[in-house]
Amino acid sequence: MSQLVYLVPLFPLLGFLLNGLLRKQLPKSVTSVIGSGVILASFIVSIILFFDVRAGHAGSVELFDFISFAKVHIPFAFQVDQLSVIFLLIITGVGFLIHLYSAAYMHEENSDHFARYFAYLNLFVFSMLLLVLGANYVIMFIGWEGVGLCSYLLIGYWFKNNNYNKAANKAFIMNRIGDLGFLLAMFWLLTKTGSLTYTDVFSNTSLLTPTDITGITILFFIAATGKSAQIPLYTWLPDAMAGPTPVSALIHAATMVTAGIYLIARSNVLFSLAAYTQDIIAIIGLATALVAASIALKQNDIKKVLAYSTVSQLGYMFLALGVGAYSAAVFHVMTHAFFKALLFLGSGSVIHAMSGEQDIRQMGGLSKKLKITYFTFLIGCLAIAGFPLFSGFFSKDAILAAAFEHNTLLYIGGLIGAIMTAFYMFRLLFITFNGQFRGTEDQRHHLHESPAAMTIPLIVLAVLSFAGGFIGIPEVFMHGGDKLSAFLSPIIPVHATTLSHSTEIMLMAIAAGSVIVTILFAWFRYKNYQPKETTGIGKFLENKWYVDEIYDAAIVRPVSWLGKFLERVVERSGIDWLVNLTGKSVQYGSRQLRLFQSGQVGNYVLLMIVGMVILFALQFFFKK
Amino acid sequence: MIAVLLILIPLIGGLALFALKGEAVVKGFALLASFAALAVSVGGLLMPQNSAALQFDAAWIPTLNSRFHIGLDGMGQLLCLLTSIAFPIIFIASWNNKYKNANRFYALMLLSQAGLMGVFLSMDALLFYFCWELALIPVYFLSSIWGGEKRIAVTFKFFIYTFFGSLLMLIGILMMYFKAGQSFDLNAWYGIKGNTSETMMFWLFFIAFAIKMPIWPLHTWQPDTYEQSPTAVTMVLSGIMVKMGVFAVLRWLVPVFPLATYENGDTISMMCLIGMIYASLIAIKQDDIKRLIAYSSIAHIGLMCLAIFASNKSGLQGATFQMFVHGINIIGLWIVADTIEQKYGTRKISELGGIAQKAPVLSILLVIIALANIALPLTNAFPGEFMMFNGIFSSTVTKYNKLDALVAGITIILSAVYTLNMIRRVFFGELKAATQNVLDTSAAVKVSLAIIVVLIFVMGIYPKPVLQLTNDVIDVIVLRMQSITKN
Amino acid sequence: MPINYYIFVAIALFCIGVIGVLTRRNAIIIFMCVELMLNAANLLLVAFSKMHHATGAAQNANAGIEGQLFVFFIMVVAAAEVSVGLAIIVMLYRNTHSVDVNFLNRLKH
Repeated sequence: MSQLVYLVPLFPLLGFLLNGLLRKQLPKSVTSVIGSGVILASFIVSIILFFDVRAGHAGSVELFDFISFAKVHIPFAFQVDQLSVIFLLIITGVGFLIHLYSAAYMHEENSDHFARYFAYLNLFVFSMLLLVLGANYVIMFIGWEGVGLCSYLLIGYWFKNNNYNKAANKAFIMNRIGDLGFLLAMFWLLTKTGSLTYTDVFSNTSLLTPTDITGITILFFIAATGKSAQIPLYTWLPDAMAGPTPVSALIHAATMVTAGIYLIARSNVLFSLAAYTQDIIAIIGLATALVAASIALKQNDIKKVLAYSTVSQLGYMFLALGVGAYSAAVFHVMTHAFFKALLFLGSGSVIHAMSGEQDIRQMGGLSKKLKITYFTFLIGCLAIAGFPLFSGFFSKDAILAAAFEHNTLLYIGGLIGAIMTAFYMFRLLFITFNGQFRGTEDQRHHLHESPAAMTIPLIVLAVLSFAGGFIGIPEVFMHGGDKLSAFLSPIIPVHATTLSHSTEIMLMAIAAGSVIVTILFAWFRYKNYQPKETTGIGKFLENKWYVDEIYDAAIVRPVSWLGKFLERVVERSGIDWLVNLTGKSVQYGSRQLRLFQSGQVGNYVLLMIVGMVILFALQFFFKK
Repeated sequence: MIAVLLILIPLIGGLALFALKGEAVVKGFALLASFAALAVSVGGLLMPQNSAALQFDAAWIPTLNSRFHIGLDGMGQLLCLLTSIAFPIIFIASWNNKYKNANRFYALMLLSQAGLMGVFLSMDALLFYFCWELALIPVYFLSSIWGGEKRIAVTFKFFIYTFFGSLLMLIGILMMYFKAGQSFDLNAWYGIKGNTSETMMFWLFFIAFAIKMPIWPLHTWQPDTYEQSPTAVTMVLSGIMVKMGVFAVLRWLVPVFPLATYENGDTISMMCLIGMIYASLIAIKQDDIKRLIAYSSIAHIGLMCLAIFASNKSGLQGATFQMFVHGINIIGLWIVADTIEQKYGTRKISELGGIAQKAPVLSILLVIIALANIALPLTNAFPGEFMMFNGIFSSTVTKYNKLDALVAGITIILSAVYTLNMIRRVFFGELKAATQNVLDTSAAVKVSLAIIVVLIFVMGIYPKPVLQLTNDVIDVIVLRMQSITKN
Repeated sequence: MPINYYIFVAIALFCIGVIGVLTRRNAIIIFMCVELMLNAANLLLVAFSKMHHATGAAQNANAGIEGQLFVFFIMVVAAAEVSVGLAIIVMLYRNTHSVDVNFLNRLKH
């Protein structure tokens, strides 16, 4: 059955080609059917593969030889195993819902651009599938760069707007910094182990010295910080919100940004050997979670809040990776895909209703008009905040428990992050949906619930956001409840907890209690929100810690200045000047020598005689 | 016989063109001749390697013991294929361009093709030198007659600069001639063991090749020449002629002077690295599309040279592969740049904008080519760059291999910066005054770009045939290079 | 008479010739100075020839005869030179109405 695996990426590729090449001919209805249909087809194949793998038929399929030189062979091969099918299901499942939603959301675009949008989206799914399906790092890298490209294309989808284009460039370039890490790590592995195929690499770790492992894992982690928006490379993700909202939901929340987590979870054999790198990952992950959460506290753009929230949640996942809880990270990837896609799509529905308005200060009281959106958004908020029994509760709890086991400080940091998460999410919910409407009259008249094609995905995702956590119920509550870890165990060894049951229950109670208190606090503070100017630390947070400004001053401008300096000074008046000087000095020299040819016979004779005298003198003095 | 035809077809075609009249006739004939050369070189691919038809050996200057010895090995085939693919593309792309005295223009183009073929085929050093100059001289005339405003000064500089290098090479060739017992034969040169005064000869050759490639700091002729030459000539220059330098390093330098290569490897790697970063940074600040492409080319060539001096199979295979790929891709970039200049009358990035709204097809094709230029996977540049970087990283001839790879890797980031900025400012954004006109991209341009795009994907997805083609000859070179480090 | 006197006279004549050629602008005078130098050389040749003959006559009756022979050659060449040179000067005078050699720098341009 796993022979069918090539169908999974093939369908979206066909969708991309059809929509891309026939974009002038196809009407919008056909385009959206093709665009969504191919993803549905992939989803169905993925389900088949899932059951196949569950029945124990994991394996890899080689299509053809991609690059081979000397003794190195890099086949174009797919790997079907527990980890990849989980990601397949998330990508195609959530992807399908978002495609469906897009068909309604993007309806106002003309058919040419509509088809372009779906082509990009299909291409993205294709790349993402390559990323998770690859049986070696090179195929993963193909997908890795491919999703970066699609992200670039989709952020800059409205290409007339120069700021959007700049955001797209920023995303691509920051990702490229990470990609360099990925490449170097690959070369390092290839040099030492002679292969990049997962099974070969992981069975040959004895060939790697501790330095090698630390170096390789750090480079892989750098790659992950780029793609998964961690410190120091996270600033592209909030700007990426320039893309259409479904894109933010699919790429910048549910799938692409989790590629870094996939990379590390996939390489868990290597990372488990690198204690030093793991500490770095845990610290960076936690720091990102806290910094991004603190910024999210003061953002007023509905999508920016969600973007920083995504960065922060990704930080959690890295925290989990850093403390060795790989399956907890994958679990959080999954639940996060559900509730963050839900929240983004919900925000899209709000923006749609508000005729493109994204500033929550101009909203308020939307719960009356947008009932479905409100209700599903509420579920999303509860899930992300980790309200008991919602999916986020289980996945976040798994991470916090693992952090506690590792180091109490990490746990406390994680808990503070969770409290901040609950606060900013409910701040967003209450400001947007409660209180008085603060927009213009036009917007008030225009307020409406979104069409079914948009609300159905919301409802499905809301159900998943609620129920998604039940595949990972901790051992405390139910023996064998953590089905996900058990399923992943062939790839990721089960993380046997050393915590006693009572400690675990206490940790959960602390988390759940503080989250509920925070939600209540947010309710009292924001149920009747009126915008006012922020000052002091609030201003600092609103301006995102001035990180963009710092990067601009520390990197962008010096590079630009250096480029100018090199061209004007080194190139023009340095190297080229020297080259021209050679030419000029020859010319100057010949002009000077020309003066000897005065045309005066007397001069010639004089020169002749002087020459002769010199020759005689030489002959006389320097003989022998 | 195949080898001789590859030189003869463009040579005779070029000479015949001088006699022809009428623009359409001239263009058609040139295209025909270039297609004939393409057919021959594809025919050569179908033959088994080392078959007699791919070799030709006849007495040339008996008193000097110089022979007209040409042969197609894997690397030669690849480069001849590049030349014979590039010329038809160039002719198609410039189909609608008007040139004064078109017959002379196309005649000179074909003559330079003959020279280029000769360079890639020669197995005799004197013949190689002869063809090296034969390729240069028509280009000099093309640029100085049909070029831009400052063409005279710029092409003069270009000519003198490269000619200076050639003379150094000639000295080197003569020294080697006597070292090898009065022989210009490549195989005789490969056979020399324990060569004395290698270092000096190495540098004589290297400077000549470095000027041609060009390697920093010998590159300053290039941006000006690219800017001032007619675009068809720039395509020949950057697509194929600079590959002469890389090719020559692979065939006539590193295997001939393995010891000096080993000893001077770090110095040259340093020059390459500086040049790559330097050119990339300058490219970021360029306002002229042509100059931007020129600097980008310097950075890419630097990488190829660096990979060669990594002295391992991976690096050499990658550099060979990349020679071909870069030739194709950069011609694509020039076609786009030329189309823009023809339609909007400017090459200034700051004056352009929003072309994607006016010319969607052109934009899509350009974006694909630009993405290939920054070596995105599944485009043709990726396998090459992958192998080159792997070669640099795993190089055993230097202890700075990791640092080299890291610094060279920075250009991966910088190339994305300048390429994407160029796309953003030229193709996206709002329309500007200069770009209000509707641009209907001509069918000729679309066809030529489409060919390039097809090549980009085919070679990017299935690079294996090309890698196999050059496998054997690279083995010989690597063996020769490593004969020193083994001892 | 010792050979030294001949040598000194010859050197003096030659130097006069050289200085004349260098300093004078009149073509005819330059010409005469050139003759002077030639004759200085002739004088030396004759003197050395005589000296050779005096010391080598015992072995060879014709010793030193080459010097005298050369003198005749030089005189013939000088005569030929005079005829050509004077012809040039005459042409020069016809064209420029001057025999100043500094007038003759046109070839430079």
